[in-house]
Amino acid sequence: MTEFALTDFAVARGPCDVLRDINLTVGAGEFVGLLGPNGAGKTTLMRAALGMMPHRGHSALAALSARDRARHVAWLPQAREIGWPVSVADLVTLGRLPHLARGQKPGDADRAAIEAALARMGLDGFRTRIATQLSGGEQARVLIARALAQDTPLLMADEPAAGLDPAHQLGLMDTLAAEATRGRSVIASLHDLGLAARYCTRLVVLWQGGIAADGPPQDVLTPDLLARVFQIRAHVQQTEDGPICQPLGVV
Amino acid sequence: MQISAPLAEHSTLAFRRASKALAAALALWAGAAAAGPPERVVSINLCTDQLAMLLAEPGQLVSISRISHDPNVSVMLDEALGYPVNHGQAEEVFRLSPDLVLAGQFTSSYTVGLLRRLGVEVVQLPIIHALDDIPGAIREVGRLLGREDRADTVAAQFEHDLAALRADLDTRPRAALHYANNYTSGDKSLANDILTAAGFANIALEAGLSGGGTLPMERLVMLMPDLIISGQQYPGASRSEAVLTHPAMNALRDRHAGSALSDAEWVCGTPAVLRAIARLQEAGQ
Amino acid sequence: MTRALALVLVALIVALFALSLLIGPAGLSPATSLAALIRGEGLAETLVMREIRLPRAILAAIIGAALGLAGAAMQGYLRNPLAEPGLLGVSGSAALGAVIALQTGFAAQFALGLPFAALIGAVLAVGLIIALAGPRGGALTLILAGIAVSALAGAFTALVLNLSPNPFAASEIMFWMMGSLADRSMTHVWLAAPFIVLGAVVLLAQGRAFDALTLGEDSAASLGVNLSRLRLMLVLAVASMVGAATAVAGAVGFVGLVVPHILRPFVRARPSSLLWASALGGAVLVLAADIAVRVVLPDRDLKLGVLTAIVGAPLFLHLVFKTRGQAL
Repeated sequence: MTEFALTDFAVARGPCDVLRDINLTVGAGEFVGLLGPNGAGKTTLMRAALGMMPHRGHSALAALSARDRARHVAWLPQAREIGWPVSVADLVTLGRLPHLARGQKPGDADRAAIEAALARMGLDGFRTRIATQLSGGEQARVLIARALAQDTPLLMADEPAAGLDPAHQLGLMDTLAAEATRGRSVIASLHDLGLAARYCTRLVVLWQGGIAADGPPQDVLTPDLLARVFQIRAHVQQTEDGPICQPLGVV
Repeated sequence: MQISAPLAEHSTLAFRRASKALAAALALWAGAAAAGPPERVVSINLCTDQLAMLLAEPGQLVSISRISHDPNVSVMLDEALGYPVNHGQAEEVFRLSPDLVLAGQFTSSYTVGLLRRLGVEVVQLPIIHALDDIPGAIREVGRLLGREDRADTVAAQFEHDLAALRADLDTRPRAALHYANNYTSGDKSLANDILTAAGFANIALEAGLSGGGTLPMERLVMLMPDLIISGQQYPGASRSEAVLTHPAMNALRDRHAGSALSDAEWVCGTPAVLRAIARLQEAGQ
Repeated sequence: MTRALALVLVALIVALFALSLLIGPAGLSPATSLAALIRGEGLAETLVMREIRLPRAILAAIIGAALGLAGAAMQGYLRNPLAEPGLLGVSGSAALGAVIALQTGFAAQFALGLPFAALIGAVLAVGLIIALAGPRGGALTLILAGIAVSALAGAFTALVLNLSPNPFAASEIMFWMMGSLADRSMTHVWLAAPFIVLGAVVLLAQGRAFDALTLGEDSAASLGVNLSRLRLMLVLAVASMVGAATAVAGAVGFVGLVVPHILRPFVRARPSSLLWASALGGAVLVLAADIAVRVVLPDRDLKLGVLTAIVGAPLFLHLVFKTRGQAL
């Protein structure tokens, strides 16, 4: 089933369209990197697709009821907010809310999903730690674990790699790629072209309100596109470890 | 502004000390005023308003205080409506060019001081705490106004009427004075004198209250008075007065005690208190 | 652990409620009190127990619960430990509504006019605060908005009381600003209780939504929380509870600040658990404070808000100090 499908999708801010004529479908097993310079509308696209902003056209997710949507997509906003000093286990348990009826306590299936999410983010030893007292990188991992615990067919993340050290960036991308290989769809906005090229199965580049490019990394990250959209030149190469994209300078 | 007796009596002690000094000042003044009766008298206090209206020559009293026009507190409303009112402020009183200003003990000391600095004669009359002090106060105001004969007549009439009313009983029904904020009046208060004269015993004395003070509603209920004399309710609304109609008090009135109202007639030491005594006696029967 | 907390809080409520019934200037023995309360023995004793002490104890419990719960809910919604109905001017605005209803005669004309008017005042304040604080409003915005709303409500309350023809009204600003349960009656219980119960039922049902909001509004929305519905529920329920509480007892401040702050560690900081815990804790605090005002100064009507502010204001400063780095 296709979770993410936008048809003739447009978002306006005031009188001007920030996004228009967007047609985008993401299938199971895809790990889509959403690229674009600052202000291209990556966050807007994802939030509007989730029905959190007014929009025109059709979005499969926005058409769902809030309850159903929460079972179909997990959303990880860029702002890493943890409002109260709750434990890591309690925070990750929040991911199970959409699966629990009102007043229902987490059951075996929920606990299994929570354990799996903690394990995948390497947080086994963190269960009783207070989330707000962790480092920024650790908090990011805890929040991703929360999204994983939601156990939805689609995972959407806004700049999940921002602020992580290289090891945790790579670990995160490994995790997201692994989720895709398990049959989930993953959509993540990214600024790091290297990470995007290396891990994503498909890149979608937003520019000037539309989709400038859409396809496998090696097809999208052409010198022409990099110069036109990002105003950079980069070294792009196919290696045994996958494609590599190393920005070299500003055009 | 004097609202009601219990409020005023709240600071009886300080007041009594002040009144000694005042008496000395009055004596000094009496000597100087021998020149002749004042021609333009302004009263800026509810109680002096009433005594002045009772005693003044026509035309002698040129203004009375605003609250004398308030039907809730004025016992001489009809007479009062015949006088222009002032708001007790120095500026407007001065413009009336009075040769005598009658004020109460608790009239703002700034107003009084300012008027005196402007050369206006101001006499502050003490608040009356006993029925027996009323004839003296009447004669005092009479002397100030140069109306000694009229004052003698009024005072004598009052003494006569009071003696006729005064109850002398062996067994007295017990009455509770219940004002806003659970204030009550103990001995050495005009209200206590009024209810004693009417033939009641004041439960505030049983509760050990002297002068004025608060008697918690719980204790009032436990004392089980035979009569509850409630303070007057003013227009608008206040939480202070809510205690007067508290369900516990209503239930006590319904199931045990009689009820009476302490109104404007209880406020000032003037012959109006006789009506209060008479009404209370009716309520007791 | 949360079960143990619930048991302790309930036990405290029962004990303080009983103590509240047994304390008073009438000096009744516990046996007499009980006989009067339950069997109605003795007219005077029965009136004291059933018409004076019982409503006072009940009001202390439900008003405390209302303020504690309202504080926990506002904090949960705004994710800010400084959010409190008293500090943000909600109580003050409710007091203004109540004073207007009393002085215009609206309260006398309609049975529920008083709490309803207070509710309207509170709705305006909560609505304004939430609109001003917004989804990303920091502590500074929140507190500044609260100061403005409080000051305005206080000024208008003073104005209305000064314009009243009643000579006592003007001196009652202290009651409306600080709150007191002295000489309240069963009438007040029946006025306040329905609004408080209704608000509590609505708020306690939003526990999951408050939990989800730990992650911020976007994440909460993605977890299935209908934010606009939650906002509406919060505004109405908080206004209903704070409005009713203030209408009968005046504005008792800091309960909604102190109670959630103390109890948060005991419920592992989970906003949903904090809701019921703060309701119970609020009842404990106000019952205790109302006993204290009677024990400390038995003859004076010491205002409840004086005690809660003595406890609450230093804590508030401590919280400002702590959150200063993050939010301001």
